[in-house]
Amino acid sequence: MLGLNKKDTSLLIIVAILTLLAPFILNPFPEGSAMAQFNAGYPDLMQRFVIFGIFAIGFNILFGLTGYLSFGHAAFLGVGSYSAVWMFKLLSYNVIPAIALSVVVAGLFSLLIGFVSLRRSGIYFSILTLAFAQMSFALAYSVLSNPKFNLTNGETGLQVYADDPQILQGANAPDLPHLFGLPMRATYTMDVGAWSFDFNAGYYLCAVIMMAVFYLAIRIFRSPFGMMLRAVKSNQQRMNYTGLNSKPYTLAAFVISGMYAGLAGGLMAAMDPLAGAERMQWTASGEVVLMTILGGTGTLIGPVLGAGFIKYFENIFSKINDNVLHSWFAFLPDGLEDAVVFLIHPFIGKGWHLTLGILFMLVVIYLPGGLVEGGQRLLNRFKRRKTGTDDAPSGKTEPAE
Amino acid sequence: MTNKSVTRRGVLKSGAVAGTGLALPTIFTASSAAAFTNEPTGSSVTLGFNVPQTGPYAEEGNDELLAQQLAVEHLNGEGDGGCLNTFSSKALQGNGILGKKVEFVTGDTQTKSDAARASAKSMIEKDGAIMINGGSSSGVAVAVQGLCQEAGVIFMAGLTHANDTTGKDKKANGFRHFFNAYMSGAALAPVLAAEMGKERRAYHLTADYNWGWTQEESIVASTEALGWETVNTVKTPLASTDFSSYIAPVLNSGADVLVLNHYGGNMVNSLTNAIQFGLLDKVANGKDFKIVVPLYSELMAAGAGENIKGVLGSMNWNWQLQDEGTKAFVKSFGEKYGKPPSNSAQTCYAQVLLYADAVERAGTFNPCGVVEALEDFEFDGLGNGPTWYRGADHQCFKDVLVVRGNQNPTNAYDTLEIVEITPRAQVEYDPEHPMFAGGDLGKCNPGA
Repeated sequence: MLGLNKKDTSLLIIVAILTLLAPFILNPFPEGSAMAQFNAGYPDLMQRFVIFGIFAIGFNILFGLTGYLSFGHAAFLGVGSYSAVWMFKLLSYNVIPAIALSVVVAGLFSLLIGFVSLRRSGIYFSILTLAFAQMSFALAYSVLSNPKFNLTNGETGLQVYADDPQILQGANAPDLPHLFGLPMRATYTMDVGAWSFDFNAGYYLCAVIMMAVFYLAIRIFRSPFGMMLRAVKSNQQRMNYTGLNSKPYTLAAFVISGMYAGLAGGLMAAMDPLAGAERMQWTASGEVVLMTILGGTGTLIGPVLGAGFIKYFENIFSKINDNVLHSWFAFLPDGLEDAVVFLIHPFIGKGWHLTLGILFMLVVIYLPGGLVEGGQRLLNRFKRRKTGTDDAPSGKTEPAE
Repeated sequence: MTNKSVTRRGVLKSGAVAGTGLALPTIFTASSAAAFTNEPTGSSVTLGFNVPQTGPYAEEGNDELLAQQLAVEHLNGEGDGGCLNTFSSKALQGNGILGKKVEFVTGDTQTKSDAARASAKSMIEKDGAIMINGGSSSGVAVAVQGLCQEAGVIFMAGLTHANDTTGKDKKANGFRHFFNAYMSGAALAPVLAAEMGKERRAYHLTADYNWGWTQEESIVASTEALGWETVNTVKTPLASTDFSSYIAPVLNSGADVLVLNHYGGNMVNSLTNAIQFGLLDKVANGKDFKIVVPLYSELMAAGAGENIKGVLGSMNWNWQLQDEGTKAFVKSFGEKYGKPPSNSAQTCYAQVLLYADAVERAGTFNPCGVVEALEDFEFDGLGNGPTWYRGADHQCFKDVLVVRGNQNPTNAYDTLEIVEITPRAQVEYDPEHPMFAGGDLGKCNPGA
């Protein structure tokens, strides 16, 4: 289907099902129950899952295929966000021009940075991109936000004010980002018994876009162009000796992944019309590297999983506080309850970084291929057991791995 | 392998799902039954406490969180009641808010606008928070205030000192109890004149972001009105940790006062550098060299240690004040946590009580009712003396403290001494003052 082989088609379909049914899948616990703390099916987090999924898919096109580790991708995300908010300020709150411009501007910006950075490879490339990103951050944070020439509004973040021109804004168009009149914030809540599921317009816009760019990523992975990028990763020198100039390929990959990042940035601004300079900081660039490695570098679905994993920890674990813990362990005797809470305390709330760090270490050590490898191992074990049961009557012992 | 049939079914299934997915948005526009966002229907009401738990202002944030938890206890009638006993409005009974038990959720702003908005959004969308309180930086405050305005909940700002929060970025659903840079300037100027004379030459080092600029602008304006001369204003990057290269030129500039428009770790480092360069021992233009830090906090004072001795600055509130409200708050905070509260803790505590009281008086959780109840509300007994929540810009007006690093501290918390309590009338300004102009409160938004 759609020029994909069977395996890729089923992967695309699985992703489609997961994203479209996310409001159900992410809200498995009834409202008001103790486990409701772990529900992630509220609009903001679902939007973040897919937006950072897009960001990571794009990053993976560069890192997973060519092996070029960019430490500055957050700069493109930030540039995308700023362009989108400027579109809101100048034209109207319709998200289409905003998202379009964010992709274009991020593409141009990545062309510029990629052209310079790709003159070097390996660690030098990483450092160059990091330097550019930090430079962009400093520009956005203070230089370009002085009262005389205020492009980014600095620390406060760029936002839309009532006295902005908004020349295309219709008289009765919603006063917040919308898609031809449908506000991104609009949410339909479905109550089923004790459960409640949120269907958010903005989320579905992001989800549809993510499926489109996921499909595009599959096509890139399977194309001759993708093969060329893989060749760059495995042995660029040999490629050069055979007379091929690899630079146009790497630059194209860099620009494509920059545009993905810009798209993610534009969507972020479309969901929440404020662009902060922190989006461009090196920690944000590092985050997408973590997402990709955690999920599985060079795999299609891995980066999306990694993005979801990290955003889940950031948003759910950071919100568990001692009070919540006490309510969970209230059934224990007082002394024991306090002891258990004391033991768990460092890993929740402000300690979510610690929990994430430990999990990241475990994944990298035991599953070098990321979460995707974990999934494959489980699947293999399951399959083997299945075939194993067929042999079972013979009474043979199963071979241990 | 029977992949083919699986795929076909998958295609059909996903087609059907995609169809519903595309059809769904059309029913989103249907308005829901609630009269306003997160209308509390059960026996409890949820408040969102959004403070920096990691990052440069983590200490301030954790202190705020302690105070907020204390406020919830007092609202629910636990503990000794704290400021409920001294508050001039007697609407709060200690039985929660409007009879509903107060519960709270917490989040980490990481002192980043993005993270703060994400955290606040999850409180509003997931936990059903009806009000967001907290924050320890102006960028975050403005970002979250904008979000609350869009979402239709009330934002009670924590520590935010930039003029913009109730100036060009003011919002109808947002309220600030803390003082601002203009007030710092207005309060400090007379004390500076009395202590240092009217013929001084000032050199400014300013953190290069929004808050730093508004503070520099305010201090320059109020000191120049005294007759001081501004020799130079230098912007320093926020991420700097070593300010030696910025301090050295001060010595040869002909200035005799150094103004540090820095906060948190920046201020601790720049002040330490200035002391190491022996600035305070110098004599310039025939006068002793002086250092001024316009915005002080207890936590910064503790960080700077010995170096703050004799350095002047301003504060919103200090635990050593002797009014009834302060005594009651310091007593219950001290008994619970074993230390005196900081001024960021006090502002958050006061904000939570003020919100609860406004809801009681309005008789509804509807943000528009709350806004109406808070606008032009006059109260006393929360520690800052008689206070006025001005309706025109949602800024509190109250006395401002001028403090000095204590020369002979007797204990770890006794780092600052109060030099003067500047009366409210002296720090008031017109809502259309040029430093605050350009904003628009807009209309209160109840959401839904």
